[in-house]
Amino acid sequence: MSKFPKLTLTASLAALMLAAPVSAGNYGLGRPALPEEIAAWDLDVSPDGTGLPAGSGSVEDGEAIFADYCAICHGDFAEGVDNWPKLAGGEGTLDREDPLKTVGSYWPYLTTTWDYVNRSMPFGNAQTLTPNEVYAIVAYILYSNDLVDDDFVLSNENLLDVELPNAEGFILDDRETAEAHFWTNEPCMSDCKDSVEITMRAMVLDVTPEETRAKKVQELIRRTKPEPSREEVKAPAEAAEQPAAETASASAVDPELVAAGESVFKKCKACHQVGADAKNKTGPLLNGIVGAPAGHVDGFKYSKAMQEAAEGGLVWSDAELAAFLTKPKDYMKGTKMSFAGLKKDEEIEAVIAYLKSFE
Amino acid sequence: MSESSGKKGASRRQFLTSVAAVGAGAVAAGASRAATPDPLITEVQEWARATGDGVDASPYGLPIEYEGDVIRRNVEWLTADTISSINFTPIHALDGTITPQGCAFERHHSGAIALKKEDYRLMINGLVDQPLVFTYADLERFPRENHVYFCECAANSGMEWAGAQLNGAQFTHGMIHNMEYSGVSLRTLLEEAGLGAAGDLSDKWVYVEGADASSNGRSIPMEKALDDCLIAFKANGEALRKEHGYPVRLVVPGWEGNMWVKWLRRIEVMDGPVESREETSKYTDTLADGTSRKWTWVMDAKSVITSPSPQAPIAHGPGPLVITGLAWSGRGAITGVDVSLDGGISWQPARLAAPGQDKALTRFYLDINWDGSEMLLQSRARDESGYVQPTKAQLREVRGLNSIYHNNAIQTWWVKASGEAENVEVS
Repeated sequence: MSKFPKLTLTASLAALMLAAPVSAGNYGLGRPALPEEIAAWDLDVSPDGTGLPAGSGSVEDGEAIFADYCAICHGDFAEGVDNWPKLAGGEGTLDREDPLKTVGSYWPYLTTTWDYVNRSMPFGNAQTLTPNEVYAIVAYILYSNDLVDDDFVLSNENLLDVELPNAEGFILDDRETAEAHFWTNEPCMSDCKDSVEITMRAMVLDVTPEETRAKKVQELIRRTKPEPSREEVKAPAEAAEQPAAETASASAVDPELVAAGESVFKKCKACHQVGADAKNKTGPLLNGIVGAPAGHVDGFKYSKAMQEAAEGGLVWSDAELAAFLTKPKDYMKGTKMSFAGLKKDEEIEAVIAYLKSFE
Repeated sequence: MSESSGKKGASRRQFLTSVAAVGAGAVAAGASRAATPDPLITEVQEWARATGDGVDASPYGLPIEYEGDVIRRNVEWLTADTISSINFTPIHALDGTITPQGCAFERHHSGAIALKKEDYRLMINGLVDQPLVFTYADLERFPRENHVYFCECAANSGMEWAGAQLNGAQFTHGMIHNMEYSGVSLRTLLEEAGLGAAGDLSDKWVYVEGADASSNGRSIPMEKALDDCLIAFKANGEALRKEHGYPVRLVVPGWEGNMWVKWLRRIEVMDGPVESREETSKYTDTLADGTSRKWTWVMDAKSVITSPSPQAPIAHGPGPLVITGLAWSGRGAITGVDVSLDGGISWQPARLAAPGQDKALTRFYLDINWDGSEMLLQSRARDESGYVQPTKAQLREVRGLNSIYHNNAIQTWWVKASGEAENVEVS
């Protein structure tokens, strides 16, 4: 009972504080954002140039930076590798079958390119470029699209002067007029057409992922086998034992270090895979990499530098791998791995421990 | 355990029914006769004798292993890498309208990040009276609302623009989910920062941005921002899943999923749109003449039959058949769904499981006595604005073949006498 007066007092104090003018708000929640905080996060760039920082970069510099940071996915000439976006070409294709949409052929505003490169690229290492590097990369993308000459320098002063070819290629959503006839209210219910014919079948292309293809469906329908017997019902229990066994073998190394390494490996995951289903992606799969000879993964196209190192007998010992991961481009000039490097020794030690857990 | 025994019983019954139907050579009318006693009934089963799991077996449960095929799936050839990619809700295997979070489609531009509530910050800046920073705990102290909305990726059915490609409702229509969100209205937060500084609100915009490495950002007209947008932190009663933007995402009812920014970190009041990458180079609809529509935010009325469908064939032979599917509209509530068995020559109204709700999924059923002959199954949605879901031919007539996004055309499944179904296009 003795607590009640106190509670009442606290509540009335709070009411008084709320009643006082705190800020614009109704609830007085949150706190004012500091100028430094707004500057750190408010990076977007508008079509009128608002948000563009001072700086400049040349096509020439851009070519080198692009080769280091971007070419691994977008190709040396911004032509795109595999399914990664093509950044150049495609002009005049928008009204054809399968238009090629690139910065040159489709994007309406160059500010968008600058903003996107600055905030979202490179993939897996975003928000690490300096403004000058961004200007240089954007200059090189323009050059790849034949929109500027090789001596061009892009800066905050002239960026708005560059008009992209498709700047006038957009209209605002006009569905309510162009498609007004879809608002029919009462649709046809009978004798809506004379006949119906099948004009296209998905089976002809059959691009549905393997495991769900029609064959499986046929099996499902024709399955006349009774439901699982008692033995089969037990199966999940056996399956449950397997992960335990795996854990046992992995625990030969320091599990905490491996866990820390897994976290560090997030930086590598954009390009590298490990584990049972690992495949070569932008970078080679890394199962069993520690202690393996360099350049040994089948089916991966290594850089010339890596091939030469492999021929020279390089083996990825802990020490060699640590040196490589500290600053890949310094360790091996010409490596395709566009990664700045791991700054802390602990990170390197952890990620090597993690890699060791995949044989 | 009762669930599993029920499922087994049903499968067993299906098996017996089809055997009986084949034996009799006729469409089943009334209950089939069993030739021999069913051992599932006459013999004491393992689950009826021994005990099952204790209450500590699964502190947070997953579906029983027999439902292990009801999962999100992706289409490998669609994107360069699964980190910047999409997967599909198994709508062919679900019923009702609420999508469980664990199988609700995901779309990431730089992967699903792990962001702790303690590390979460939300900034409001730009043309506001007082730029503010909120913690997660701050957000929980604002008055809260609950709403059910569908979230559909603008690219849902996008692979079908040029022709029937993928064999399954999950792949043709699975970039959609429908959840009950709990959160704070965007209007409440904007008013907390104060909109006096913005002056005339009719031409102002709100730019919203995520905390992940893709920095996905979209511009939303102020009118929509003040209407029904929600800063959500719970879905279907529990915290948002990591893949759906834990701890906080934006909900933009009825509008394309890309605007529903996940891991929402910043809201900026502006006097124009940013024209970011995702609202210029992507999510714009290229027409036949090469010009492109932009700001096509609203998702038009659409529907699909989820069963029978290629992944959910008819396994029981002729007789009673439940045809079911989903309908939705970004322009309001669904007012009706019609189903055609003959490829659109004639239509009959389906039964709505519940009256259509504003910008949320509606479940429909058509219960028929299937005679075992082929069907060209279609569904057609109508919404409260008077809009009627168009055919593919009607859409192509206006937009051509290159739009990619916003394909809301009527879907056709060719159901064969065997009960198998295939994705087709019809004249």
